[in-house]
Formats: sequence, C-alpha cells, structure tokens
Amino acid sequence: MRGSVGRSRPISLFAALALCLAGAAAQATPPPARVASINLCTDQLAMMLAAPGQLISVSMLVRDTRLSPLAQNARAYPVNHGQAEELFLMAPDLVLAGRYGAQATVDMLRRLGIAVVQVAPARSFDDIRANIRTVGTALGRKAEAEAMIARFDADLAALARDPATGPRAAVYAAGGYTSGRGTLIQDILSAAGLRNATAEAGRKGGGRVPLELLVTIAPDLVIRAQRYGGASRAENMLDHPALAALMADQPVHPRSDGTYICGTPLVLRAVAELADAARALEAR
Amino acid sequence: MRYSLLLWLLSLLVVVLFCAALLIGPAGLSPGESVSALLTGRGDAAVLVMREIRLPRAILAVLVGASLGLSGAALQGYLRNPLAEPGLIGVSGSAALGAVIALQTGLAAAYTLALPGAALLGALVAVGLLLGLAGPRGGAFTLILAGIALSALAGAATTLVLNLSPNPYAAADIVFWMMGSLADRSFTHVWLALPFTLAGWLLLAGLGRGLDALTLGEDAAEALGIRLTRLRLALVVGVAACVGAGVAVAGAIGFVGLIVPHLLRPLVGARPARLLLASALGGAALLLASDIAVRLILPERDLKLGVLTALLGAPLFLHLIYKTRREQGA
Repeated sequence: MRGSVGRSRPISLFAALALCLAGAAAQATPPPARVASINLCTDQLAMMLAAPGQLISVSMLVRDTRLSPLAQNARAYPVNHGQAEELFLMAPDLVLAGRYGAQATVDMLRRLGIAVVQVAPARSFDDIRANIRTVGTALGRKAEAEAMIARFDADLAALARDPATGPRAAVYAAGGYTSGRGTLIQDILSAAGLRNATAEAGRKGGGRVPLELLVTIAPDLVIRAQRYGGASRAENMLDHPALAALMADQPVHPRSDGTYICGTPLVLRAVAELADAARALEAR
Repeated sequence: MRYSLLLWLLSLLVVVLFCAALLIGPAGLSPGESVSALLTGRGDAAVLVMREIRLPRAILAVLVGASLGLSGAALQGYLRNPLAEPGLIGVSGSAALGAVIALQTGLAAAYTLALPGAALLGALVAVGLLLGLAGPRGGAFTLILAGIALSALAGAATTLVLNLSPNPYAAADIVFWMMGSLADRSFTHVWLALPFTLAGWLLLAGLGRGLDALTLGEDAAEALGIRLTRLRLALVVGVAACVGAGVAVAGAIGFVGLIVPHLLRPLVGARPARLLLASALGGAALLLASDIAVRLILPERDLKLGVLTALLGAPLFLHLIYKTRREQGA
C-alpha cells in the first residue's frame, strides 16, 4: 500500500495543460512532476533538460566545483545524499540514477514503488546522445532532448579537429589513473585533434599506468587532474620529478576537471580547451 | 660459517638484488639500454625511468630494509627477546601516525623536515613507552601486549586522521601507511629519509659491545663498564630515527626486523654485536627482493610490500611464540 503513494499523486493542472498545449496527447503516460536525481551525471542532464519545477532534488556531489561544471546552478536545488529513506520522504514520481554503484538504493526505491530510470555512464559521444535521449524521454522532454543533441552536434562539428596526425596526449589522474580506448576521454581527445597515447600503447578502458610506463610512452601532452585540498599519496605522485621532466617542454598544462567526467554537452568545453592545447603543441 | 665470509656473501646478495631492482620494471627496457641510460644519460625516456624512478626506489629499499633489520636486531639484543620487532610492537605504526598528522595538517608542506621529524617523534614516543612498560628485562608477554595496544591505537588514529582529510584519495592511503610501498617514490623521498636514517644507523652501530655484555645479565654488563642508561637512550633514539624516517617515506613494513635476525642469528654464533651489521645487510636484501617480487607478481596494482613480508613473517612469528612458550616450560 505504501508503495502506491508515489504513483497515485495526481499530476498537476499545469503539467496537464502544458501537455495539451504541446500537442503531446499521444503520450500514454503523463511526464513525472517530481523528479529526483542521485547521480552526478544524471543530475547535470536533468538540470539541463527538466521543465521549471520538475526537478526537486539533485545529489550532493553536483555542488562540488571540482566534479561538476554546473556546481553554481546546482545551488538552486535541494540536495540528497542518495539514501532511499530521504528520497522516499521527498515523494518523487521518478528517480534518476546511475547504472552502477547505487544498486542497493535503487532496489529499495523500486520496492517502495518509486519508478527509477538508470543511466549508464557515457563511454563515447554516441553514449552522450543516447543518454540525453534517455533522460529526455524519462522527463517527458523529448523535444528539448532532440534540440540539445542537434546543438551538441553543431557545436562539435564547429570545434572538431582531425586527430590522425595530431600530438599524442595522455590523461594522468591521482594514483596514475588513465583512460584508454573505449572511454569518454578518448572521444574528447580525438575531437580536440589529439591522439590518445595510452590507448595507442594498448590501454583499454580506465586503469592505472605505472609512471615508468608513461615516461616510456612519452606523450607530447600530459593532462593531469585537478588537485584537492589536504594531502594524499595518490596525488603526491603527480609531483614526481620524472613526470615534471616529462612535461618540462609542454607549452600548456591543462588540468582535467568536471567537464571530463560526465557525458553531457559540456564535454565540449574540455574539447575546446584541449583543441587550443593541440594548436599550441603543433605551433612549436 | 666465518663471520667475515657471511658479511661478504650478504653484501654480494644486496649488490645483486640492487642491480636486479634497477633492471626489472614495467617499462621493459633491455639490460644494455638500462645500464647505458643510468651511467651515460643517453636516451630521454630511459634516463628518466632509470635515474628518477628505479634508482631512488632501489636506494630506498636498501635504506628502509637495513633500518628495519638493524632495529629488529638491536631491540632483540637489548630486550633479549626474539619477538621484538619495530612493526609488531607498534613503533612503525606510531611513526606512521606522526607522518600522517604532519601531512594532513600541512606541516610537511610548510617545512621539509616536518615529515620525517614527526614520524621520528611518533616512533620515539612508542619506543620510550614500550621500554618503560616492558621494563629492562623485556618480558615477552608485557612487550607483545603493550605492542598490540600501541599498534591498535596508532592504526585507529591514523585511520581517523585520513578519514577526516578533505582529500577523497586520503582514505585509500590507509593501506599504504599500514602495509608500506615503494611505488613511485623519488629522490625527494631519499633526501628526506637519508639524514635521519644515517643518524639512527650510527647510534645503533655503536651498541654492539653493550649488547654483547648484556647477554651476561645487567649486573655483569655494568661490571664490565657498560652504562645501561646511555645504552638504552642510544637504542631508543636510534630505532626511532631510522624506523621513523623509513616509515615517513615508505609506510609501515612489518616483520622484516623479525625474519632477518631470526635467520641470521645461528650464523653469527648468537652474538648480538655481530648480528647488528649482518641484519642490516639482510634487511636490505629482503626488502629489495620483496620490492622486486611485488613488481613481478602484480606490476600494475601496487601490491603492498607489507603484504609479502607478513606472509613470510607471520608464520615465523607464530613459530617463535610456540618455541618461546616451550622454552619457558609453560
């Protein structure tokens, strides 16, 4: 019985009116009026796609400026900590979650009768388009989603450079973590006109690359991750003298930030920054 | 075996393992390439790999391993107890706590020597406390119990400090501080550890005659002109300095100071003075071998050194406890 609370909420008059005006009467189910998101990446897609008032909560992480390019906008939404109990009390019609990492919460929410849409992390620009469509459909905002995809494709076409003979680049984050073939980073580097050096060295997916292997690969550009406060050994290795020597003749030192993490049109900011870096490298 | 022959063999072993440590790594350089890069500085990437990554790592393995072997032998000689070892009795753990506090408060970033200094201070408190608790005869029972309590306390405090850090990666460092690793260490770390390590070695190396005399008992030792308070002070400061410096850059690596003196004791005729130098060489060899092994077993996973040494040392530790109990007739 408790489980029916979320579903039985009557759709608001406004939403119904909007639906009729939009001529979307063919839609079988009305769009959810109260949507909560518990994943950094669905947070951002939902913030960009939702109708005013439709998104009632986003995850705590999206307010972190190091993880999210929309941290400032996120201050307008109440945050959640991804716990089933607090989400249930928000009485959402729909919860947006990631595919991995919060399975226990997702199972609990479904048992409580709340609809959950899970979105897989984007591993390519195609995944970005698919995820925009998934979230747009879930929110009942298909037209906005298609417009966003069209704008993304146009912006990408304006920025994109040919990576075939471009400089070789590698991302290197805390603990020696890199992204090889079949990752979102791979597509970001390619669009910026850079070749992914660790992918060319055979790295598939994300994973640790020993520093001496990176030094042997000798990429033209090392993109290090942004630093956090405090101290950790994982970040300490980004100051290793061998890495500093490897990067000594780089004209620019880009740092990866929140725009490298999630599959949203905001990856194009990373593409634009890296395209500038690629030009600077080629101009040497 | 003759003592000098043993020392020659151990030295040879250290040299061979040191060279192996320089030649083995994920970059897959050929031995010829490696040597020419190291000695002549030819080949950009290879020079960086050899001079900035593998060389400091191998040097640190020698420094830390020798410190642990030497400290184990000195502590066991003074307490006349084969179970005393810096890791087991909480000295390494306390040094790690000191290092973590220095790092997370930003002291280590502000003052270069704050990191090894804080680790030394942590180790100093631990050794002082242990020797005070265990008394001059160092009863095995009291020593081990005090060590367990101290290890648990230091481990919990280290975990707490790292969990409170604003850095999301700090919590993953708990494993490093508990188990130790030499991955991605640089010459910065060598220079940090070197002065304190050498000072500790000097202090401990001077203990030989006193420890030999102590095998006859305290009264006899004093009659032979050994000043026990001075001996004890040199031991405490020496162990704290070299173990503290080692832990500050490589984390707490356990059991080295237990395994090495145990293996070498029969070969030096049970004389603590001779065991000191032999254990220092043996400790360096053991840590070099362990560090080569972690690179061969799981090259991309940063397997912790303490995992290997504990797999070797813990069964030996249990065996020693059993033997001690049998000797006491309990």
